[in-house]
Amino acid sequence: MKSAQLEKILKAHDNQSSNVLAILQDIQATKNYLPRKTLEEVAEKLQIPLAQIYHLATFYRAFSLTPRGRHLVTVCTGTACHVKGAASILNTLERELKVQPGETTGDQEYTLETVNCLGSCALAPLVVIDGHYHGRMLGTRALSLLKGEKDASKKS
Amino acid sequence: MHLKSPEELEQLRTKILEERKAQEGKKGIVLCTGTGCRGAGALEVYEAFKKELGSKSAIDFKSTCCHGFCERGPITVVEPMGTFYQRVTPDDVPHIIAETVQKGQIIEDLLYQDPKTEQKIPTEKDIPFYKKQHRLVFGHNRLIDPTRIEDYVANGGYQALAKALFHLSPDEIIEEVKRAGLRGRGGGGFPAGRKWESCRRAPGDLRYVICNCDEGDPGAYMDRSLMEGNPHRVLEGMIIGAYAIGSREGYVYVRNEYPLAVENVGIAIEQAHKMGFLGQNILGSGFDFDVKISKGGGAFVAGESTALMASIEGYVAEPRAKHIHTVESGLWDKPTNLNNVETWANVPVIIEKGVDWYSKIGTEGSKGTKIFSLVGKINNTGLIEVPMGMTLREIVYDIGGGIPGGKRFKAVQTGGPSGGCIPEEMLDLPVDFDALTKAGSMMGSGGMIVMDESTCMVDVAKYFTHFLKDESCGKCTSCRDGTLRMYEILDAITKGKGKDGDIELLEEIGWATTEASLCALGGTAANPVLSTIRYFRDEYEAHIRDKRCPAGVCPDLITYTIDPEACIACMKCKKECPTKAITGEKKVPHEIIQAKCIKCGTCKEVCPVDAVKVE
Repeated sequence: MKSAQLEKILKAHDNQSSNVLAILQDIQATKNYLPRKTLEEVAEKLQIPLAQIYHLATFYRAFSLTPRGRHLVTVCTGTACHVKGAASILNTLERELKVQPGETTGDQEYTLETVNCLGSCALAPLVVIDGHYHGRMLGTRALSLLKGEKDASKKS
Repeated sequence: MHLKSPEELEQLRTKILEERKAQEGKKGIVLCTGTGCRGAGALEVYEAFKKELGSKSAIDFKSTCCHGFCERGPITVVEPMGTFYQRVTPDDVPHIIAETVQKGQIIEDLLYQDPKTEQKIPTEKDIPFYKKQHRLVFGHNRLIDPTRIEDYVANGGYQALAKALFHLSPDEIIEEVKRAGLRGRGGGGFPAGRKWESCRRAPGDLRYVICNCDEGDPGAYMDRSLMEGNPHRVLEGMIIGAYAIGSREGYVYVRNEYPLAVENVGIAIEQAHKMGFLGQNILGSGFDFDVKISKGGGAFVAGESTALMASIEGYVAEPRAKHIHTVESGLWDKPTNLNNVETWANVPVIIEKGVDWYSKIGTEGSKGTKIFSLVGKINNTGLIEVPMGMTLREIVYDIGGGIPGGKRFKAVQTGGPSGGCIPEEMLDLPVDFDALTKAGSMMGSGGMIVMDESTCMVDVAKYFTHFLKDESCGKCTSCRDGTLRMYEILDAITKGKGKDGDIELLEEIGWATTEASLCALGGTAANPVLSTIRYFRDEYEAHIRDKRCPAGVCPDLITYTIDPEACIACMKCKKECPTKAITGEKKVPHEIIQAKCIKCGTCKEVCPVDAVKVE
């Protein structure tokens, strides 16, 4: 992340160390992950130990220390989704993408993640691909969605 | 417009209502664009309406948030008749405008059909899902565009605040809330009035109030829907509370996964500032109060009050011991009063309608209504608001419409990961704080996950324990290791590696986890395990002794077979099987080679005639 970009984020939060969570959220939103160099700069600027920032970054699920893939595939594993078969959808996607939740495919195309409920339980089971909600999902349908995505990106 | 007195507020309300009265009978369309309906495509429908209506100003188009019946989204209501259309697609939009809005004709295909009577029902109030509800807090959602403060004001908004500021003293407000019997809707059910009183009496000048919208219970989403759909209601409750407690600064802590709630409450705070409901000298009363938003980082434990305060301060969300209560020393060591979204949203109605009216609703120990998210294996999924004390049977069968596919009801899980499973024989249990706790579960934030005969209770216990082991902050050994060990034992049981004595060991670890953990996460972490053992011990025994999963869920204990009589040899399962474990050709029934089968269930999923059996 460019220093000017970071300056802007820090300024928006008054350079306050108590706002560090919000600052990390903005960095995550801009870069899709928390680059180490940027975190070092944050620690320096806010005068807080890097270890404390690392503690925050690994505690909260919203943060990632490694770059995420171009596409984010999220399987909701909330209770309603679970009782309606989210586990088998997740297994199917793990098999297809050959990654575990939290990991990114070797070609940096896809990151597979789980979330503990998006509050759209009426649509259970739910898979979110790049922010688009796909409800009443089945393993086979999730695969064809993913394949459709792959074909579309090949064409473009 | 900056309002400087309650009179100016009344003048504004009268003006808005008069303008609206002049338009009475005007044709209008209300579309739900809450997160549930968005997931079902409401934004595409919104665009279609915008495009189709263009500048036809004769038709009033309003987008609101959650109406509750999420199962049937996207929901559209056509006014003035109140015609209720469900599962609306962009293709339906031109027809709705041409036929219903302009000619008053009802489009039968878009109406809700009662599955029991097969009757088509044209208006919301006649739909069984809504009939038995009492939507005291949630009902305004469908009348209000959350980005327009005028809508809130027109529906009586900030009237309670004016009454509180000009006709009641802080002590009188606390007394009202106490007498109303309002208990915290976030889980514990602690009397809100007593909490306020302790906070008001705590020494010091600076006090904080916090609204907890870190709704982490998987399967519960009423706080999000209130925050998205009627944020002013929550703010009004907070401002009244702050006045009663003597606080000048408040925080709304919203879960990271709820972007629309963050957006809408942000807009609401800005508008409330402009109109003079927040900031300096509110409505000319001399009372100052301001609210900031704090966004969570996606940690379940952050919903615990002390952990949430640590998170606002910029630390990891680890709870601390509460020998000194947060009402005395909370956020930045100042007296702090925290309530959840639904609790705050109840406050304006108590002040406005009065204690006598409010306390008539509910049971002896639990007053008012409660919003539940009725989800899982149930026909009518959605958010419901019912008076405390309604029985589970009424909720599941009358409002929820029973179990889909003619399957048998098995249990309802309440209270999220801290709660427990309530079996069929207890369906007549009246739902309130105390009855649920007595049954080994809890109210929690109000998730109700319905389970049927095809849900494995050991798997459910394993699911929650997995969740809790991940979400335990790790501070207390009993919780960190207790949840992990319970998970390992449950995992072994579901894989056919259970041993005699496992159930007793689970009970013992469960007891230790409950007794020795600091916060409510650890203190209730064993509930899912203990309650399923209590009511479904035979299922545990079937897994351990017979290596059998009666519900047909645990992959290691089941086999998939194809019934050759039922199979129509359509090749679908053979084509989709990821391990090529299926033989057969066109006209030759399919068969599964067990050695190759990974039990992913794909064949069962794609079979058009339900010929795949699980045992």
